[in-house]
This record gives sequence, C-alpha cells and structure tokens, in this order.
Amino acid sequence: MNNTNTTNDWLFEITPKNNFFTLNLKEVWQYRDLLFLFVKRDVITVYKQTVLGPLWYLIQPLFTSVTFTIIFNNVAGINTGNVPPFLFNLAGITVWNYFTACLNGTSDTFKANAGIFGKVYFPRIITPISVVISNLIKFGIQFFIFIAFYCYYYIQGRDLSLNGMVLFFPLLIVVMGILGLGLGMLISSMVTKYRDFSYLITFGIQLLMYLSAVMYPMELIKQKLPAYGWIVQYNPLAYIIETSRYMLLNVGEISLSGLLYTFVVTIAVFVIGILVFNKTEKSFIDTV
Amino acid sequence: MKKDIILKAENISKQYRLGEVGTGTLIHDLNRWWHQIRGKENPYLRIGDTNDRSKKGTSDYVWALQDINFEVERGQVLGIIGKNGAGKSTLLKILSKVTAPTTGSIKSRGRIASLLEVGTGFHGEMTGRENIFLNGAILGMTKKEIASKLDEIIGFSGCERYIDTPVKRYSSGMTVRLAFAVAAFLEPEILVIDEVLAVGDAEFQKKAIGKMQDISKGEGRTVLFVSHNMAAVKSLCTRGIILEHGKVVFEGEIENAVSYYLGGDAEAMNLKTFGKEYDLPIFKLNEISLNNSGRTSDDVLRENELIILHTKIDIKVKDAQRYHITYHLFNEMGEVMFSFSNAGSFSLKNGLNDITCDFPESFFQSGQYFLSLFIVEDAKKPIFIESDIISFTVVDSGRELGTYMGREPGYIKPQFDWKIK
Repeated sequence: MNNTNTTNDWLFEITPKNNFFTLNLKEVWQYRDLLFLFVKRDVITVYKQTVLGPLWYLIQPLFTSVTFTIIFNNVAGINTGNVPPFLFNLAGITVWNYFTACLNGTSDTFKANAGIFGKVYFPRIITPISVVISNLIKFGIQFFIFIAFYCYYYIQGRDLSLNGMVLFFPLLIVVMGILGLGLGMLISSMVTKYRDFSYLITFGIQLLMYLSAVMYPMELIKQKLPAYGWIVQYNPLAYIIETSRYMLLNVGEISLSGLLYTFVVTIAVFVIGILVFNKTEKSFIDTV
Repeated sequence: MKKDIILKAENISKQYRLGEVGTGTLIHDLNRWWHQIRGKENPYLRIGDTNDRSKKGTSDYVWALQDINFEVERGQVLGIIGKNGAGKSTLLKILSKVTAPTTGSIKSRGRIASLLEVGTGFHGEMTGRENIFLNGAILGMTKKEIASKLDEIIGFSGCERYIDTPVKRYSSGMTVRLAFAVAAFLEPEILVIDEVLAVGDAEFQKKAIGKMQDISKGEGRTVLFVSHNMAAVKSLCTRGIILEHGKVVFEGEIENAVSYYLGGDAEAMNLKTFGKEYDLPIFKLNEISLNNSGRTSDDVLRENELIILHTKIDIKVKDAQRYHITYHLFNEMGEVMFSFSNAGSFSLKNGLNDITCDFPESFFQSGQYFLSLFIVEDAKKPIFIESDIISFTVVDSGRELGTYMGREPGYIKPQFDWKIK
C-alpha cells in the first residue's frame, strides 16, 4: 500500500485554470447515466399537471403556421409555388423551433442550474447536451404532425414530392442542434456575469427568425431586396431551413457552397462554445 | 514507513470580489484580459484584504482563503472547524470542484464525492424512486450501482409507502430522509461532508450519525467533515484543522483542536458597550454582556456551565423604582421563546445599576439567540424597545464520546426535578 506513494501518481489535480482545451470526454462518458436521467426528467416533467399534456408540443407550431399563412401568404402574398403555404410554413417552423428550443434551453444553463452546480460537481456540459437531446424528442413529435399534414395534402391530390436528398435530413438536424448548443454554451457563459445577454437573446431570436428564411423562400429575398439579401446569405440558419424544405418539399434550391459554409460556421461556433464554457464552469459560481 | 497521503492541498487561496456586478466589473474584466493577453500577471491578485467581515476593508477584493496547506492520509477523518465566515464552505467548494481556487492546487489519489447539501437536484414532480436515480447520478453513481442498492436505500429512508408518489407530496422530513439515504450509499474514496447532520428529527439524526461512523470507522473511508457540533466532530474525526479569517490557525489531533477552538482563541462577541446610542433623558444604557461563570465575555458560551447576563444601566430620574427592564429571548428562527424581567425580584435604583441574571447550567441548547430589551414604566408602558440588542451563541462543549451526538430538538433543556420511589 505504501510503496505506491510516489510523487506522480495523483489521480487528478484541482488547479485554478483548465488547460486550453479540456473537454474530458472520458468523464462525460462516465456520467452518461446522468445525461439519460436529465433527458428523462426534462421529457416527463414538462407538461405535468396540464390537461392537454404533450399536445402543447403540437398546438404551438400549428397555430404559428396558421398565423404565418394568413399574414405572409394571404395578406402579403408570398408565393410558395406548388406547395400549399401552410405546409411550407409548417416545415420552416418545425425546423426553426428545434433551433430556438436548443438555444433558449442551453443559453441559461449556468443561471438556471446554479443551485445544483453550486453544490455538486459533474461535467457541466452534460446539462446543455441533455437539453439538446430532450428537445430532439420534442422535435420528433412536432415532425410527426408535419408528416401527418403532408399525407393529408398528398391524399387531397396536391403535387408533392420528396427529394432524394431527404436521406440527409437527420444530418441537417444534427448540425442545427450542434449550432444551437455551441451558441447556447457561448451565451450561457456570458450570462453568468452580465445578464444583459439574456435580454439580448430573447428579442435576438425573434429578429433572427426573419433573417432565416422561415416564412419565405431564400430566392424571394434576393429578388425583392437585392441590397440586403446578403444578410440572409450570411446566415447559416437560412441555409439549413432552405435546405430542409428542399429535401422535404422539393422547393427552393440547394447550395453546396452555402451548406459548406454552414458546416464550417457550426464547427467554429461549437469549438469556441466549448472553450468558453470550459473556462466558465470552473468559477462561474462566484459571479452568477 | 512513508505516510499514505490520499489528498494534498498546496497553497490554496481564493479571492472574491465584493459588491455588485456592474460597469465597474466590466472595466476590471477588460483590464484583466488586457494584462492576460500581454502575458502579465492579473493586476487584481496583488491587492486584497484578509477576510474579516466586521472591519471595513480598503479594497474591493478579499481573500476568503489564504495559503491553505494540509495533507490527509488514507482512512483519516479530518474535521474542519471554524466560525461562520472563516472560509470552511469556500474550502469545501474548492474540494468538491464547485469552484476553482485562485491560486494553488489540490492533488488527489481518489475519487471525491461531496455532500454539501442533501437532495441536490430533487425534482418535485418525479416520484421518490425516480429521484433516487436522478440524485444518485448527480452525486456520481452509475445507474447500475444505484439499482443494486435501491432496496437498501429505500429501506434506510423509511419511505417505502411513498416511493412511487411525487416528491412534492412528501413532508419536508421525508424528503430529507430520502435524500440522506441516497447520499449514505455513495462509495467514493474520499467523502466531503458539510453540516448535513443538522437535518431531520432526532431519531433520524441518530441513524445518520451512526451511518457516518460506519463509513468512516468501519469501511475505512477518508472523510472530510465540517461542523459546528463539537461533540460530533470529536467522536467522528481523528484530526482537525481550525480556520480563522481564511487561514489555518491550528492543525493537529482532534482533542487538541476542539479545546483550542473552545478556548479563548476563538473570538466571541458576547459584550456590547454603548456610548451615546442609548442616552435618553430617563436612563443611559452602558453595557450588556454574557459570560460563563468563571470566564470572561471573550470566551465562547458553553451550554453545560452557568451563563450570566450582565446589564449596566444608569437611571437618571429620582423615582427609579417606577421602571423595570424586560428582555425577550428569540431563537435563530426569530421566534420569541420567553420573556424575563427584574420586576418581581428587586426595584431599580437611582444612579448606576449593575444587574446580573443567571441562567442555570445546561439550560440552553447549543445555538444562536437574540435578546430584545424593553424598559417599562409603571409596569405597563414600554418607554424604550430595542430588538436584537445583543446576540449570542451557545456551543455544545463536547459531550463525552459515545453519547448521542446530534443536536437535540428544541432550544432549552431545563433540568427538572426527577425522583424515583
């Protein structure tokens, strides 16, 4: 027992600062049960003591789509081609909702969990990851309603077709989740000290929706506002939404350079997010 | 033979910034960042006062901990003792990786699990069983480990009947029992425990302390234990360190540590001298103090010795007998416990009155108390009321080893006259 006592066999060391990049994957893996239990908790406790329960997951995108259809298609007259405007909007909103849910849920990680984080150590990154996964389940339910309406319109004899690229749709959703996670971690780290960012995020998400081609085809903004179209073209989210509509409804265009740009931005945001998150998790409890 | 050191703290310091977060902090942050990118030292680390909350410091930064060094051997139970604000909680937070030290490092050869609170992460909407799994996982157990101990945990908690009911329907006592039960079955190499003993009813406290003794003595686990309860510290721990103003002032055998702490070196605030604050036309209040008989007001108040309350008051009017003093005693929850007065015993006299009131030994339970002072005219009209004029803490002076160590329920423990025929 005593002969193991050399100077270098410490199991771990608690020091003031993390190394530059210490996403301790091994540790995250050790805590995988916790990740699973967090997801379970988020899913089963959301609509406890409500009458409609998980139906709320469906009501929100449906009503938003109806509103968008009336305002943007019937009043403002945005043309969605062969695709019924309602389905067009529902596709955009379903995908967009996943992003906002991830961003909203992760952006107050430190603030919302200060109680737990202040008492027990576990890899903090488990919390935002669990948010992204539990929202994926919510997205699944919302996507199901999209499929139902898709079938409905199909039976009605509307000219609908999937694109072969639809096989890559799950990948697109993963990219979106990672982008939301990266951005959320970045913002949550800044919110710990300066609450200004949580106000920024509330209205920022609303503004961002208008720049993300949720309720209009990307082509339209280029035609109508050639001077400002570039703003949308620099928004990676716009490509994700435009591409998912291309896959699901076969409308719009797919831009490979745009997608490549989206991937690069996503990875950059994710890496920066992890770095900042790691730096923050060590001592955020002193400033939160 | 070389010592088997399992945990080693080297030069641990922790600095906190006082005051609010605002524009000022942003400027400091930017300045710190600017120093950092030029590869210079953090400019705010050089300044900082010792953490003494009663004195006004000169800078916005304080050192909650300064140059803490200690080693823990495998199987040792280390007690960390100190007054409120001495840095105990900060040290525990650093040990449990909740916050990082400002300087220094802690090296460990074992997995550390910390119990700074019971029931962390409990969710009211989930059932007892679901919460056992969630809480266990938060504390670092795997699902498999928890499942294998589930029956034991439920048994220990004594909540079998409610285990599939949402926790929000539990009484607070049941929640605590369930939470402690989960924590009791943790199996890390090093266990860090804050004063979680101060929870639950007496029966459960007994069970909890018994379990802790099993963990530390029976299973040979290394434990770091923080408590105000000297009897519990004395019976559980083998070594002790005493923190004062963020520094280690004593390290050694637990017996010596406890007597050091109970001795004159621990600061006490049982004396209040007044200048002009209470100088009124009718009277002037000079001083209120408490001490054990044979000790001074600088010593801590022990529960098993006579406690004397002194009141020095100058009555300026001739008809002094019209006035009497009444105290109301409050517990730490702010509940009034009883009032007591000199009215039935003697009358006040013109000029300086040096009044004492004796509380018999073993009258108070350990804890913090507050006194409010009333000066009453003609036995009916209060002419002066001051709440919380003095507060005092009675400590448990360390009952014998082997006796019940939890804090007993209630606030006073009068010695009644028991007889047997």
